[in-house]
Amino acid sequence: MALTAEMRISDADLIHRLRGGDEDAFVWMVNTYGGSLRRLALAFVSVEAVADEVVQETWLAVITGISRFEGRSSVKTWLYKILANRARTRAIREKRTIAFSELDGATAPGEAAVDPARFLPADHPVNPGHWAGPPDQWSSSAEDKVVGREMLEVLRRGLDALPPAQRMVVSLRDVHGWPAAEVCEALALSEANQRVLLHRGRSRLRGVLEGYFAGNA
Amino acid sequence: MSDHTLKEMACQELVEVITDYLEGTLPEVDRMRFEAHLLGCPACHEYLEQMRTLIRLSRGLAARSLDTATVDSLLHAFRDWKDSQTGM
Repeated sequence: MALTAEMRISDADLIHRLRGGDEDAFVWMVNTYGGSLRRLALAFVSVEAVADEVVQETWLAVITGISRFEGRSSVKTWLYKILANRARTRAIREKRTIAFSELDGATAPGEAAVDPARFLPADHPVNPGHWAGPPDQWSSSAEDKVVGREMLEVLRRGLDALPPAQRMVVSLRDVHGWPAAEVCEALALSEANQRVLLHRGRSRLRGVLEGYFAGNA
Repeated sequence: MSDHTLKEMACQELVEVITDYLEGTLPEVDRMRFEAHLLGCPACHEYLEQMRTLIRLSRGLAARSLDTATVDSLLHAFRDWKDSQTGM
């Protein structure tokens, strides 16, 4: 049966087809996971041309590894691990290593989700810690088709500007829709660290959108 | 403990536990304080909606399919592998 991009097939079926040399299955896999892999590569090496090479190397490693895939993880996780290994090697060689220690340092005392100056002080007699400068109302207008395209571009730039560990977690969870457990496994993160990185990344991006709407008000 | 249960959640605390809330990992007591606070605070209600909007919009950033030249060159490599497997 021919595969189209919209179809979903099980990992077991995919691997079975690949081992049999099914070209449709191969193209399906490349189209389904290629975009995510490229974005992840960019999170590691940050230079587009290098990221493209890492993705290419990953696919070539996948091809030669098909017969060794044991199915103990999902295909997606398997692909990601190959990419992560390639990207780390490459980042070291290019001396463009991002701070992988950042992944471990997620629980270090960190940034506030919202500028503390936006809240009433802790010793306020009536409403300590309540909004002094409440957020503008924009959540409903954000769904407007007219602002949509420009806003997505703003969001994309915001995502690219996040610290790498936050960018990787937000990218996997919110852009690519991975479940938390898979992100933890692929990035070797604890659940708590994964949540901290997700929280910081999302909070920053909310601030980016807030800035966008304030500028357009 | 009962003091903690009754203590109203401040807006500044809410914005820090909002991801735990959305992930469903906020302890029961705090989830109740969170939801009680939302009922009386339109500003935090809007903040929560903004986070939900952000998450929805982020899905729109998923990269599009690869260009055909890239796919073709990979397909070529796949064919080579296949041929080497069958000894051709």
